[in-house]
Amino acid sequence: MNDKYIVSPAPHFHDKSTVKNVMWNVVIALIPALIFAVYYWGLRALILSLTGAITAVITEALIQKLRKVPVTVHDGSAFLTGLLLAYNIHAGAPIWLPIVGAAFAIGVGKQVFGGLGNNPVNPALLGRAFLLASWPTQMTAGWVAVKGSAMSGLNNLSRIATNLQELSPKAYELVTGATPLKVAQTLRDSTFVSDINAQAGGLDLAGRIFGSLTEMETLKSLFWGNIGGCIGEVSAFALLLGAAYLLWKNIIEWRIPLFYISTVFVLSFIFGGIPGSGTSVMLPFFHIFAGGLMLGAFFMATDYTTTPITKNGRIIFGIGCGLLTIVIRLVGGYPEGVSYSILLMNVFTPLIDKLTMPKAFGKVAK
Amino acid sequence: MRLKTFPGGIHPHDEKHYSAAAPITIFPTPQRVIIHLSQHIGTPSTPIVEVGDVVQRGQKIAEASGFVSIPQHASISGKVSKIGKFLHPTGTMAMGIEITQDGSDNALELIDDPGYMELEVAELKRRVGDAGICGMGGAGFPSIVKLSPPEDKPIDTVILNGVECEPFLTSDYRLMLERAEDIITGLKLIMKMVNAKKGMIGIEANKPDAIMKMEQLLAKESNLEVVGLRMQYPQGAEKQLIYAATKRKVPAGGLPMAVGVVVQNVGTALAIYEAIRYQKPLIDRVISVTGSPVAKPMNLLAPIGTLYSELVDFCGGAKETVGKAISGGPMMGFALPSLDAAMTKGSSGLVLFGEKDARSLAEHTCLRCARCVDVCPMNLVPSIIANAVKYKDLDLAVQAGVNDCIKCGSCAYVCPAQIRLVQYIDTGKIRYAEAQRKK
Repeated sequence: MNDKYIVSPAPHFHDKSTVKNVMWNVVIALIPALIFAVYYWGLRALILSLTGAITAVITEALIQKLRKVPVTVHDGSAFLTGLLLAYNIHAGAPIWLPIVGAAFAIGVGKQVFGGLGNNPVNPALLGRAFLLASWPTQMTAGWVAVKGSAMSGLNNLSRIATNLQELSPKAYELVTGATPLKVAQTLRDSTFVSDINAQAGGLDLAGRIFGSLTEMETLKSLFWGNIGGCIGEVSAFALLLGAAYLLWKNIIEWRIPLFYISTVFVLSFIFGGIPGSGTSVMLPFFHIFAGGLMLGAFFMATDYTTTPITKNGRIIFGIGCGLLTIVIRLVGGYPEGVSYSILLMNVFTPLIDKLTMPKAFGKVAK
Repeated sequence: MRLKTFPGGIHPHDEKHYSAAAPITIFPTPQRVIIHLSQHIGTPSTPIVEVGDVVQRGQKIAEASGFVSIPQHASISGKVSKIGKFLHPTGTMAMGIEITQDGSDNALELIDDPGYMELEVAELKRRVGDAGICGMGGAGFPSIVKLSPPEDKPIDTVILNGVECEPFLTSDYRLMLERAEDIITGLKLIMKMVNAKKGMIGIEANKPDAIMKMEQLLAKESNLEVVGLRMQYPQGAEKQLIYAATKRKVPAGGLPMAVGVVVQNVGTALAIYEAIRYQKPLIDRVISVTGSPVAKPMNLLAPIGTLYSELVDFCGGAKETVGKAISGGPMMGFALPSLDAAMTKGSSGLVLFGEKDARSLAEHTCLRCARCVDVCPMNLVPSIIANAVKYKDLDLAVQAGVNDCIKCGSCAYVCPAQIRLVQYIDTGKIRYAEAQRKK
């Protein structure tokens, strides 16, 4: 008998998806955010982003050469990690910051564990946490506000008070120098609130600033991105555009982002108020569009390797991320909690998977 | 019509355009046939002829070996030229009886029994059993076993499976268009045998003319209905079809009779009808010979045991280099080393792929993307089962549901890492069976 044909196990049909295809599609989905960043901050945003991505690719190739395993940088996963790392850095950062961060992300976050598919936590977020712990000044100082806008997105200071700078230098410093989330967090400090209100001669300054955070104009700034922030997280709109592409392409699944964002939405309304002023119905919108939530929920919390594979596990993961994000934002030491909450939940992933193994179709619950 | 469906599944291109429009064509009597002794699930049949014997078309040449087995019949007249091992459509070598045509008359004498609708159930079952019928959708479960549920498992519904969700295949579709009345009579006879009150025919939405035809014929039958199903693979898998049509869930590890349902393929229903009315044994069936390399894709009514190579030749041969030959459909069929295999009662199609489509990419490590989890119609976590098998953790594999897998291949179809999930899971099933035997 002459064996002429390829013999392989069924199925003989495939949807033609590949690892490469998935990774580069995520990169494509991140391009709108980069375009917005370049629009706001100029070519520096592009240079920092590409520096991160290329460093990641070089690091991965070098380590794979040393490990004497096939070099797989063409699959796009290292490029993606480097890009995401850079997206977590602000546009005014020194160029060595994304280099060190991306090298750490790939080396310690990924290759140490055996490469793609084996890392326990999101390498880009690990890289960011490493940078933030090692060079906190460079990571948080020198942020560049979008030209013509305040860092906080609060541009119309006269609506808070006609002469805010003289009335309360402390409040003025806050609304002009801090990111929106930092403003929201600082206003939760009752000492700070009474301080600035006293400075303003009993005027509810805190309440006014808080109110302007949730004004349509501020929310618009958050949505379009004319605020201060990291390169990749500046415009909620650009990120949603990319997210829609990934959902349409079936590359990410809806459960984690939906439950993550919904949890932040609900909890920020319940617990997000400030002393003396309470909460606002618009506050949830402020919380979902501010900071890195869109980037985190759609591009980081959906990372394949480090998040649960069971359907119920993904729901738990999303809720957990939302819960931790709100805890950090409202009472934590940092104004933003997206990256730490995802990193923490990554650690719980194996346990979540184990506890949420589905019952087979037709299997009766015991 | 509101389309029904099941949870999970995938949406591959149906690729039916190659052969969908080709009417059923009668394949001329071949020079030789190989009647495999294992055409079904269960014990292989026992030969009752010897090399050199002259046999007539329709004559019994092998007997059922026990309850879960079927008899086999000569599909052409001629001489038994060899009893030995031949290439089976599943790709293995298996025992079969080779019959070489001697030029004698190949006409099959059919006796039309005018009173066939009034026969006793016992006689109906005897005729089905004698005809050697097994499921013709692919799995090949002996029909008589399905038609003899134990007393304590009353059946209220018979579902005919006209879903044909495997891409490329069109044999059931052509049967539903060309033999609709006989299929419906077959359904009624099956309902009589299992004492069911309700009959359904499940057809996928990509065959609107078949749905229309059946609906017209069933318009006046109050207890029979056509169930239109969404185009979604594996819509034709037994448990998924039952769920879509009746919302009943067959218990894990259980049979459809546990929820009062019997499922038969439309081709099987036709064979049952012919067996009862004409006492015709199952000696031929419709097979789709299709795929891009086939010069003239066709639906052929061919004798059981016809060599695949002869079917391809009849369809004008291959117009491009063939890379893969699949017995059955591309999702669950078997890739054959050559076309030397002979068709069995379960051979619904022969699909040829060109060289480009035949190639598959190298396996990558699992990304944990969970696509396999999202598409699994059995609600399993295929990647975990596959990994458990890979690292020889049989307990974990069983716990994760290795035995609940229906091997539909949806997981492997969507896997971006090209992991041969079904192969790992199948290995797990085999290892589990071995471990059980040792106990």
